[in-house]
Amino acid sequence: MRISDLKRGQCGVIKGFFAADLPEKFYEMGLLPGMRVELHSDYWFNDPLYLKMEGCALAIRKAEANQIEVELAE
Amino acid sequence: MLKIALLGNPNTGKTSLFNRLTGLNQKVGNYPGVTTEKKVGFLSSNHKPWAEITDLPGLYSLTPASVDEEIVTQILTDVQNIHHPDIAVVIADATNLKRNLFLYTQVKDLGIPTLLVINMMDEASRKGISIDEKILEHRFQTPVFKVSVRKNQGIDSLAERLAEPITPTPNGTIPSRSKTHFVYKPNAKPKRLQESIYRYRAIHDVLQEALTVNRSEARDFTSRLDRILTHKFWGYAIFLLVLSLIFQAIFSWASTPMDSIDQGFTALSQWVRAVMPAGVFTELLSQGVIPGVAGVVMFVPQIAILFLLLTLLEESGYMSRVVFLLDKFMCRFGLSGKSVMPLISGLACAIPAILSARNIENARERLITIMVTPFMTCSARIPVYTILIAIVIPRKKWGVFNTQGLVLMGMYVLGVATALLAAAAFKKILKQRYKSFLIVELPPYRMPQLRNVWLNMFQKTKAFALKASQIILAISVVLWFLASYGYREETVDSAARTAYENSPHKAEGFQAFAGSYRLKHSYLGRLGRFIEPAIAPLGCDWKIGIALLASIAAREVFVGTLATVYSVRDEGDDTSIKQSLSREVRIDGSRLFNLATGVSLLLFYAFAMQCMSTIAVVRSETRSWKWPAIQFAYMTLLAYVASWLAYQILK
Repeated sequence: MRISDLKRGQCGVIKGFFAADLPEKFYEMGLLPGMRVELHSDYWFNDPLYLKMEGCALAIRKAEANQIEVELAE
Repeated sequence: MLKIALLGNPNTGKTSLFNRLTGLNQKVGNYPGVTTEKKVGFLSSNHKPWAEITDLPGLYSLTPASVDEEIVTQILTDVQNIHHPDIAVVIADATNLKRNLFLYTQVKDLGIPTLLVINMMDEASRKGISIDEKILEHRFQTPVFKVSVRKNQGIDSLAERLAEPITPTPNGTIPSRSKTHFVYKPNAKPKRLQESIYRYRAIHDVLQEALTVNRSEARDFTSRLDRILTHKFWGYAIFLLVLSLIFQAIFSWASTPMDSIDQGFTALSQWVRAVMPAGVFTELLSQGVIPGVAGVVMFVPQIAILFLLLTLLEESGYMSRVVFLLDKFMCRFGLSGKSVMPLISGLACAIPAILSARNIENARERLITIMVTPFMTCSARIPVYTILIAIVIPRKKWGVFNTQGLVLMGMYVLGVATALLAAAAFKKILKQRYKSFLIVELPPYRMPQLRNVWLNMFQKTKAFALKASQIILAISVVLWFLASYGYREETVDSAARTAYENSPHKAEGFQAFAGSYRLKHSYLGRLGRFIEPAIAPLGCDWKIGIALLASIAAREVFVGTLATVYSVRDEGDDTSIKQSLSREVRIDGSRLFNLATGVSLLLFYAFAMQCMSTIAVVRSETRSWKWPAIQFAYMTLLAYVASWLAYQILK
């Protein structure tokens, strides 16, 4: 599944990327395989997404969230 | 002198640490060629400075994504750069050490002697985070300092340590297990994913030993607050409330100091005229220089209040939520959530607004933001709107609203709507060179530190006043010259006397009539009559033409110039200007300032690019004459067409 498929409050562990051209900034901010993300909540447009990560929170657009594969975690 | 660079992620208390280390012993300037703010302070003992500290813009990694970040990367990677530091101090947030150490390892691996400062230790221990700095020092081969800048803990020993030499270690921070030795190279794009994975893995290994967390619910407070502040309904409601507060503050809190500044400068100008010997120099001073400076200083209270509030929003962490809330909406217009702050700042003045567009990473979004920001109703338009509305819009009550208030509000809405529509048009025209994306950190909410807020407000306001006053000063001197010369000094008085005898309007008295007569025959007056055919379809005569020309320097000059042209005796209040303007008639005897002309002028001022300072700032921000030229052309064209339509329909 993709990050954008997560439901409110669900966690996922990043598995990999569907596109090779994500901006470097995504990797450098810690969106990397093995990292755990939680969808904080869902919103009107569900875009951008509010992600909680270890020690920080990020907002990314749905377009990029669609490119990141996650595995559902408890 | 020893050169120390201070760097770190945004929201780590970097600037607070800078302020603590240097006290008020700092200078704000620009890097050569670009307008990125350069903050330099000094460390001194016994009143002798021994080290120069530079507060570099905050960034997450060495890969530059915005203009500001590019400079940091240049300084750090280029040993020849005159700003290249002898020591790099990387400041990290203890509550988010993993991500913060990423930048640290990159900087360390460049081979610059590096010192790691871990800030927010007080907050970290509240959250049950403990950090073993001995392990970090051992693994990274770096001096590590745990501090709390907010509580002023650990700063002194850090300052002492900076005086001692730091030996750079040849080994990279990433252990030899990874075969490649990663050092940031500006153009090695394909390696970035691999580099990131290795770095995070190495940091993870170190932190497994060095970091222990007792309670995992670290972000609880921020999370709960965000349930409301980024809520799909309440989030927007609260944003609108914050916006109206800013609005209210800019206008009501600033009005008293603005009025006293205005009166003060008027008095100063009169005093100069009374005390100094009559002559060209006195005239230049009292009618060119002083009103010119007054025109800038007048806006200082508004700008200061705006900066104060924006800094508060920024420091507390709320500004990132605004980016989050409005990104989707702004995307439709070719802008991003990060364009919101420049647009809001544009309500006070376009100059700081355009400067603040710098942290928009995407070049196209930044350019579009710069191109449309001047449509926002800046405070220089207020005096123009107020007087025109007072003259041409009849005062009627509709329930709690009155028509004049509604029209003024309508002008604000018009400004925002035009900015967004123009952005949408640019979105269609401009080619997308890089993919647009957004990744913003939503930092934990923190109490802003008053010391930082004040300092930031003071520095930014000062920078604005200096920048704007240089340009307006020059323009007002030129205008004064054009308005004061062009007729023959020896004959002008008798000519004015003759004209006065033949004039039907003797109510103003000869003094005022002569002033107006001189202006009519000055260079500026001739220019006004020269452009009259062009502006007649907008319902303007040559006298308004003069005011329009003068407003090219700055809009607020309009009212003052009209007052001079229509020979209003200076009684220092608006009522006399208003009355005498409403009395003005055309050749055919109809009122000059009727509804059609009034609306036409309102639209002209809403759309036209009449601000030399903004043009200059756009020029320096885009590093070309092309964009300010396009901006001037399209805005003026839009203004002309809108005014023409309004006048032709309403007349």
